[in-house]
Amino acid sequence: MTDTLEVGGGGRPKSSEEEAKRRARVLMKGNDAVAEAAIQAGCDAYFGYPITPQAELLEWMARRMPELGRVFVQAESELGAINMALGAAATGARVLVSSSSPGISLMAEAMSYMAGSGTPMVLINVMRAGPGLGGIGPSQSDYFQATKGHGHGDYRVPVLAPASIGEAMDLTVDAFELAERYRTPVMVVFDGILGQAMEPVELRFRNPARRTFDWALTGAAGRPARVIKSIDLVPEVLEKRNIALQRKYAEISRHEVRWATESMEDAEYVLVAYGTAARVARSAIEKARAKGIKAGLFRPITLWPFPSRELARVARHAHAILTVELSSGQMVEDVRLAVEGRCPVGFHGRMGGLVPTPDEVVGALKALHGKVERTREHEREEQRKRQHASAAAPAERTHRAEADAPARGHALANAPAGRRDGGER
Amino acid sequence: MERSVVFSGFGGQGLLFTGQVIARAAIKDGLEVFWIPSYGPEMRGGTASCTVIVADHPIGSPVVDQFDAAVAMNLPSLRKFGPCVAPGGLLIVNSSLVISQTSARGDIVELRLPCTELAAKGGDDKLVSIVALGALVARLGWVTPESVRAALREISAKKRPEIIDADLGVFAAGFDAGRVGVAA
Repeated sequence: MTDTLEVGGGGRPKSSEEEAKRRARVLMKGNDAVAEAAIQAGCDAYFGYPITPQAELLEWMARRMPELGRVFVQAESELGAINMALGAAATGARVLVSSSSPGISLMAEAMSYMAGSGTPMVLINVMRAGPGLGGIGPSQSDYFQATKGHGHGDYRVPVLAPASIGEAMDLTVDAFELAERYRTPVMVVFDGILGQAMEPVELRFRNPARRTFDWALTGAAGRPARVIKSIDLVPEVLEKRNIALQRKYAEISRHEVRWATESMEDAEYVLVAYGTAARVARSAIEKARAKGIKAGLFRPITLWPFPSRELARVARHAHAILTVELSSGQMVEDVRLAVEGRCPVGFHGRMGGLVPTPDEVVGALKALHGKVERTREHEREEQRKRQHASAAAPAERTHRAEADAPARGHALANAPAGRRDGGER
Repeated sequence: MERSVVFSGFGGQGLLFTGQVIARAAIKDGLEVFWIPSYGPEMRGGTASCTVIVADHPIGSPVVDQFDAAVAMNLPSLRKFGPCVAPGGLLIVNSSLVISQTSARGDIVELRLPCTELAAKGGDDKLVSIVALGALVARLGWVTPESVRAALREISAKKRPEIIDADLGVFAAGFDAGRVGVAA
């Protein structure tokens, strides 16, 4: 083990249970911890190119992989790194690549090739602020890129978004499993803060069981040659390949959605945030509750597949949703698609490498709360007026109410009075 | 309980290291902790800093706009973080380098310590930040001095075993100075 992983004695006397817990936790930097988790998960080969705020991950690999007799290559560029990864992954090796935003853009083309040819790989993006070379501060402005973009063509990539260093370690291991189960590149994204910060982590390492790959290029002696490619010039054949891909994505969407919630039992206002923004939101929730706003947290862990169904269920009972991101508002588009107007959706974000403070988020929440409460009050007032009018002309109003009822739709049947029309305000 | 402290000074004064010592001590005390360095571009002669959040529950926001305590080892740090100490909070200023300037705040405790002199007294005049660490632990008691000593021993044993005695001596000097509030 490396020196960072050792734990020493000291401290005040504890019960044996506390003692065990204390001993099991060590202080690790996000980038280092993720690298070590990948190593312990049996990563065979790493390819990369240095970039802040991800550099320590590459440095850790540079030291540890040769120690273990495994492959480490600092390529001549990000393009070189990701294409070497493609080659290594084609042999069935467990491959890791990491970079930060501008570097990920350079890797986009190969991501499309890997998706197209079904080569598993884990790609970590320690996100920094853009666009362009931007800055090195923490950011979540690569949400679009990760969930809808990078390369060309009809493809998707599972995207995992941890909110703590311990979770980043776990999800990195899960990413290898997903990549191999579905024969797809998988991304793990977190911002520069989690990469640079240190937190206590438990050294619970996992090394996922190896599958037998009937597609890997391992030398064709004694068997027919295998081919890994993304090209298919016959449209009918290429469409079949695409249909198979889409089936795979449908399966991933059915089985691999992950999310977490906090303080949701009685929540009227729901903060939706992932990664570092979710931690800020967690602090904001405590402060908001102290001010009498019942707030809860919905945290997507898979950004794709996005937990749309689960969020829609939450939206049915929420007064309003506030999405918090370190971006101009990217995930909020998926939030709105999921919510489908069931409740108002607000947004608060910072850009350029800045992180909103909990007070800032509480401010945004209070503004949304005020607006929603005023609208609700207005609607209650309107309803009172309608009731008053219907008392004067009962027959006519009853008839209209019946005619209106089916148009409101099943999904909104349980919505609280006064906001049946859903709609954003 | 959730408390935050920022350690700030020149690069080379050992502030990131000191932040890690308190973080490791917090783990030994069974607490949650979050350590984050300022990793932006810094110019020579500017400030290097790290923030440490200690809590008895899972830590939410890594961003703090008001610190419960700040350690300013040079003038730029005093200017930058003096105004960010929460009312009633503690500001430790290295009076070996910051001779006459103060935070000019009446709503916080400003503890001025001649860190170079106290470090020399403890065994090594280069370990200035350990003085501040000692005073901080004495004043605030977020972590136990036993855990800090164990953390110091643990880190130094691996990297520079010859310096352990000086580390512990300087920590003790800082601890005593913090307890009695030595005037600069």
